[in-house]
Amino acid sequence: MSYEKEKLLEIKDLKKHFKLDRNSVLKAVDGITFDIYKGEAFGLVGESGCGKSTAGRAIMRLYGATEGKVTFDGEDVHQAKSKKQLKAFNRSMQMIFQDPYASLNPRMTVKDIIAEGIDIHGLIKSSKERTIRVNELLEIVGLNKDHGNRYPHEFSGGQRQRIGIARALAVSPEFIVADEPISALDVSIQAQVVNLLKRLQREHGLTYLFIAHDLSMVKHISDRVGVMYLGKIAEIAKSDELYREPLHPYTKALISAIPIANPRVERSRERIILEGDVPSPVNPPSGCRFRTRCPLAMDVCAKVEPTWQEYKQEHWVACHVYDDNYNEEYKNRVNKKIENLQV
Amino acid sequence: MSKLLEVKNLSVSFDTYGAEVKAVRDVSFQLNKKETLAIVGESGSGKSVTAQSVMRLVPTPPGKFVGGEIRYNEENLLQKTEKQMESIRGKEISMIFQDPMTSLNPTMTIGKQIAEGLIKHQNMSKKEAHLRGIQLLKLVGIPTPEVRIKQYPHQYSGGMRQRAMIAIALSCNPKILIADEPTTALDVTIQAQILELMRQIQEETGTAIILITHDLGVVANTASRVAVMYGGKIVETGTVDEIFYEPKHPYTWGLLGSMPKLDTEQEELQVIPGSPPDLAEPPKGCPFVARCPYAMNVCSDYMPAYTSVSSTHEAACWLIDARAPKVDIPESAIVEGKDIYVI
Repeated sequence: MSYEKEKLLEIKDLKKHFKLDRNSVLKAVDGITFDIYKGEAFGLVGESGCGKSTAGRAIMRLYGATEGKVTFDGEDVHQAKSKKQLKAFNRSMQMIFQDPYASLNPRMTVKDIIAEGIDIHGLIKSSKERTIRVNELLEIVGLNKDHGNRYPHEFSGGQRQRIGIARALAVSPEFIVADEPISALDVSIQAQVVNLLKRLQREHGLTYLFIAHDLSMVKHISDRVGVMYLGKIAEIAKSDELYREPLHPYTKALISAIPIANPRVERSRERIILEGDVPSPVNPPSGCRFRTRCPLAMDVCAKVEPTWQEYKQEHWVACHVYDDNYNEEYKNRVNKKIENLQV
Repeated sequence: MSKLLEVKNLSVSFDTYGAEVKAVRDVSFQLNKKETLAIVGESGSGKSVTAQSVMRLVPTPPGKFVGGEIRYNEENLLQKTEKQMESIRGKEISMIFQDPMTSLNPTMTIGKQIAEGLIKHQNMSKKEAHLRGIQLLKLVGIPTPEVRIKQYPHQYSGGMRQRAMIAIALSCNPKILIADEPTTALDVTIQAQILELMRQIQEETGTAIILITHDLGVVANTASRVAVMYGGKIVETGTVDEIFYEPKHPYTWGLLGSMPKLDTEQEELQVIPGSPPDLAEPPKGCPFVARCPYAMNVCSDYMPAYTSVSSTHEAACWLIDARAPKVDIPESAIVEGKDIYVI
């Protein structure tokens, strides 16, 4: 993109720690820095427990931040706010939740669920206007207006997720955090919801933070993608670049682990299979957090934490292999390997 | 190819309040020695009930076997008594489940859970079973098995629990292993580990695998043959190459089309409009008729017969009939030549 991009959100060194007991702290998000531009879809991927959902919630102020700063449209998100300010702020950010079964109140009609935000913010004057607005929203997400008087249990998973989307749209937010919005749905329904989200983004000029573990869907919906591992961001790049030329060894392993729906490709493909499991975020490894599973780990990785650098234009990575101060060892090793091959 | 298991015209229903849900309707397939048969379909397509029927794990009531037979070793498993089934389950046919958190007993050590089958089916002493347990844990790649065997499931990570489940399932050298969504609850990097493990084990032991999944990537990675299920029926079966490169059924086309491709830029994902049929009142004709873009008058009244496309490939669709208009595979469902670029 050549035009000057406007930052909607600036996330600076955001940390969210949970105190487990007197001696241990779970560092769910441990210093992440990135920007989200107006009108883009930013994807955040990582394995379970990497802190991606916590990051999404901390950015929205559903959790208070332990450290760091989030700026939304020039305004500090975590700053103390009066009730009125908070209300206005909440209106500009909405969330779509993962589980369409648990995130809708079973005792409210669909109409009331969707209109709850409208009522709270006093966006309508009469009950007639309310009905019109709800019907409009139902139509936008591809539901029938008769559906408004029903209860959530009468709907399928995909339809419920549409209700959740309509609820998020009701207060005309600028920014939507979608936390795994499709992972509870079937493949053919996933595609429907993803297409809907994309269409809404186009038509309403929305900005998304799209959190997911399914890399292929994330690639499809996002303009840029950040890869998280154990509370830190390992790499950020434009989505097609991230898939074409991943830099961080973790990103490489993650992409190579996605099974591709093409048997011949699968048979001939060489996979990087990571050993072991993700270490505990209570006691993360020293230096680079990925080093315990990294096929390229060097001595320095255990000692020094890699710096977050823009290795190529708009392609950020935190890995010593790409750091001129430390990559000597790596180069030597690669050269040695090549020599061995020649002998 | 020698037949190991044959399912003939299996129909399974569930009595629910108000209606009889016909979950599996007239399903036939066979499993050959040493092969991996994948059964793919969305939730509610009947794939899990089919698998559970083979193990006779369908609770009766509310479930009931309406018709058909499951032939294993010249015998019909549906006519066995519960007592007789006990000597088959775990020994001849064993199963791994989707959720390793809930399918292991939290109050028993992993060692005890492995030993259970060994003591019952192979008349081992406790001590022998313990030693064999250590071997099995080693086989499935659990480090320090001597220590781990004495631990409880909550001390294991998700991936390790699934490994332990596989160890239990393999303990008595079963001829058939049924894996019901074995990797759905796991992260991609752990999924890659488990799929690799299953492949290795199959090579070493020659166990035939029935893999139940909705992930076409996993199918392309592991299966040798595929059965596609929809609305309680198998709509297409074939070798993995036939299903991916020469699919015949519009539902298979829809499934292949709704997968996001990693190497191409698509604006919109192909969707299958609508949602699956209600199996309390299944459609009279083809189950896919309501969502099929090529549906003809005949489709809603008569279930199409299975038509052979090759000796290993058959599909139930009126489009294959000579009288039907010729329809080409939609561009979106063509897999061949795509996703060649992989890391």
